[in-house]
Amino acid sequence: MTRFVLRRIGLALITLFLLSVLVFIGTQLLPGDVGRRVLGPFATQEAVDDLNARLGTDRALIVQYGDWIGGAVQGDLGDSISFSRPVSELLGRALRNSAKLAVVAFVIVVPLGVFGGIMAALRRGKPTDRLITVGGLSATVIPEFVSGIVLIIVFAVWLDWFPGTATPPPDSSFITQLHHLILPAIPLVLVLFGYISRITRAGVIEALESDYVRTATLKGLPRPTVIRREVLRNALLPTIAVVASQVGYLIGGLVVVEVLFNYQGIGRLLFDAAQKADFPLLAGGVLVVGAAFQISMLLADVAYSLLNPRIRVGGKA
Amino acid sequence: MVTTTDQLLTVENLGIEYKVGTEWKKAVRDVSFSIGSGESLGLVGESGCGKTTVAMAIMHYLPRNGRVSEGSIQLAGREIGELSASELRRMRVNQVSMVYQDPGKSLNPSIRIGRQVADVFELMEVPKDEWDGRVIDILRKVQIADPERVVRRYPHQLSGGMLQRVVIAMAIASEPELLVLDEPTTGLDATVEAEVLDLISNLRAETGTSVLFISHSLAVIRKMCDRVGVLYAGRLLAEGPAEAIFTDPRHPYTVGLLRSLPTGELSRNEAQLDTIPGTLPPLGAEIQGCIYADRCPIVQDVCREEEPDLVALDGNRFSRCFFPERAPDLPRVVAPDPPVRQRSEETLLDISATSKTFEQEGSPVFALKDVDLSIRIGETVALVGESGSGKSTLAKVILGIHVPDEGAVIQLGEDVLHDSLHSRSGEEIRSVQMVFQNPDSALNRRHSVRRIIGRAVQRLRGLGRRGSHDRARDLLSEVRMGHQHLTAKPSHLSGGLKQRVAIARAFAGSPALVVLDEPTSALDVSVQAAIINLLAELQAEENVAYLFISHDLNVVRYVADRVAVMYLGRLMEVGTAERIFRGPHHPYSEALLSAAPDREEGTRIRLKGEIPAASDPPPGCSFQTRCHRKIGEICETVEPPLTEAEPGYSIRCHIPIDELAALQQLVPQE
Repeated sequence: MTRFVLRRIGLALITLFLLSVLVFIGTQLLPGDVGRRVLGPFATQEAVDDLNARLGTDRALIVQYGDWIGGAVQGDLGDSISFSRPVSELLGRALRNSAKLAVVAFVIVVPLGVFGGIMAALRRGKPTDRLITVGGLSATVIPEFVSGIVLIIVFAVWLDWFPGTATPPPDSSFITQLHHLILPAIPLVLVLFGYISRITRAGVIEALESDYVRTATLKGLPRPTVIRREVLRNALLPTIAVVASQVGYLIGGLVVVEVLFNYQGIGRLLFDAAQKADFPLLAGGVLVVGAAFQISMLLADVAYSLLNPRIRVGGKA
Repeated sequence: MVTTTDQLLTVENLGIEYKVGTEWKKAVRDVSFSIGSGESLGLVGESGCGKTTVAMAIMHYLPRNGRVSEGSIQLAGREIGELSASELRRMRVNQVSMVYQDPGKSLNPSIRIGRQVADVFELMEVPKDEWDGRVIDILRKVQIADPERVVRRYPHQLSGGMLQRVVIAMAIASEPELLVLDEPTTGLDATVEAEVLDLISNLRAETGTSVLFISHSLAVIRKMCDRVGVLYAGRLLAEGPAEAIFTDPRHPYTVGLLRSLPTGELSRNEAQLDTIPGTLPPLGAEIQGCIYADRCPIVQDVCREEEPDLVALDGNRFSRCFFPERAPDLPRVVAPDPPVRQRSEETLLDISATSKTFEQEGSPVFALKDVDLSIRIGETVALVGESGSGKSTLAKVILGIHVPDEGAVIQLGEDVLHDSLHSRSGEEIRSVQMVFQNPDSALNRRHSVRRIIGRAVQRLRGLGRRGSHDRARDLLSEVRMGHQHLTAKPSHLSGGLKQRVAIARAFAGSPALVVLDEPTSALDVSVQAAIINLLAELQAEENVAYLFISHDLNVVRYVADRVAVMYLGRLMEVGTAERIFRGPHHPYSEALLSAAPDREEGTRIRLKGEIPAASDPPPGCSFQTRCHRKIGEICETVEPPLTEAEPGYSIRCHIPIDELAALQQLVPQE
């Protein structure tokens, strides 16, 4: 078990290293002359050279990479060009915001999706099942900007139940913050509900048809016990993996929702960085999103193996 | 059919339907039988005949698309279909238990064994502080040696035989009145099967539980049951005392089934097996007249017009046939004359000093150790041994799928084969081919038969498209299939036909050696007989050699010229089939042979413990930890060599052959 976790951590580190190389190539190498890209075609060559020297982008690539990754490991991702502030500070704040939104979305969608999936599986082929599977699938394909705009118009403009922006006034209470985050969370819930309920449904159906559930039923265990202990325990394992794989999306992929609801999350920050050719910020942001993704996958794998004795206890003893 | 009070289970005119698409199709019709207190009834029949469906209806656990459409099932006087949910639950807790095939799947993978067994006591409302003790007791009762350790295990940590004992323990813990056993030993090794069957017999003798025993194995049913019902296409065709059904069958189907089985000392050099022509009617087919008429060799006009009743022949046996008195003299479908073989003394394949070590989590697993074996041109060599003995590994080494450790030599005719499939020439690959156990997973289900065989022809023969199609046609005729099957996909073929396609594919390049890995064990007996006949005919025509891997010793005895017995990656005994079965035997072979279900009561040798892990073989003789003839320290310290004790017969044992003969008190076999 320990070995498994260690190996898994090792793999995560290797992935992050490869990601960092790709990010470096993408943000420092492909743009060509960084100073020129930042300052534009009308800047003097002198100014460009000056900026390159200041950014260190006139040095050998391997030195630049070593410098960048060395700093990154210590939490120093350099300074943002457009904000003139340390990248880590900007990212830290955005990451906190993104995490808040992700948590709200998760707290709503995971129980809902799992419950929906279980209900669909237990009522397989009946109207409840069709409603959940077809409904979930339809919701998944609605783009966030469509559902987001509709939600804003209905709940913020017409009914005025929720604020139209996700950003609460400074120093507001937990309740106020939550109030601001519910509306932007709903498009995410709509996208994720279909995935989560479908995978849960499949897992539950597989377990329901398994021989061990037959054994349990024929032993005379009451139906609720069979479902709770025999079915769910084995059926929810794949769901964990799916949920974890969505963390990366929630942390880094919410550009549209964050822009729509005027929210300072990582997605929005990356979007801005890309628009303003703020390469240090972009590189740092992608790396952070990658790390968040890796950590969530790692936690999912560990949770999965903790729940699965075949991995936890190992082979024949 | 009168319901009497001393009948525990009464099934009357039972009809069961399955919904396929929007249509309800009859899977079981008009089945009636009853089981008295303490009685055991067996249901036999080929796959798809409705055995399991009947059992599941009795448990009130039909699949979602199944329903009891007519008739009644009464357990202890109560109609099962009319029980409320909680009454049904009480019935399952106290009165009826079930054990089925594949114990690895019947236990929850994420709950410890102890907890799963304790459930039963919890449901029986045994006080909580007694659970642990009762769990240990019941596990001990099913002869689990170390129950304190087993209760803490998860299912994946136990062997199949051990798991089946746990399942049986759960089933008998409540001392049910009826025990339903659905193929409880299918898929287990013969030695384990014998132990599980013994266990069931002993428990029955002790508790007087009634048993409904379902199996496709006639030998198992005969050993375990007082009465037998023969099911065919959802119909009960015959019923009666087990002895009578098996020794004096009075239905053409029963006769056909029994004739399909290779038994006793019959060898394929003496006679071909008889088979049952045709195939099972499709689910829900409306057939006028006798349901078996299409396959019956003595069918008359009347059989096609009206259906015979299940008539009493004498007091307690029944047959659903108009001409039960003619059944024993059923004409043969297959002429008995065996195909004429050319025999050769020339060696085709010679493997020597072959070892194969795998790496598992850093430690070596010795899958094969010093195997020397030769196969002559046109000869059948059978490989027997329990699972984990290295049979498949040896086959894969010969095929080049596994690369043997250094020093191994695999010689085919004049040439030394390359170790690895990748480095083998087309000619080398062509000459060694394989047929797998399960044709379903061995054939690409998206391709037509023409394409499956044609591709093999193209690759192995280097023929073009046109030529390959002609050759595919010929191959299909060679495996006795019609050209109409050329365009069929595997999913539209029966199991037997699929296996024929797999055989045709293996023969596409006119191989010199075909490895047959349990080629008939997934098939019904009548189909098995046809495939065995086909293999014998092909061997005679093509002069091909077979390496035949099987756990069914009756089949081995019938098909094999020579037999090699493997244990823990080593050859323990090699000799002609006649010699191996006659004895004196290696102690391991002796135990294996005695485990067959058709052996006489009381002659079985119980092996101690389980086959050791190949990663941790015992010192000395690899069999010493389980050997019932161990002579002392030498067995524990020195591994005996495989020595030629008689011309053409080698054995790996410290006991001299004449002493073995004396120990085994060999009387000439019947």
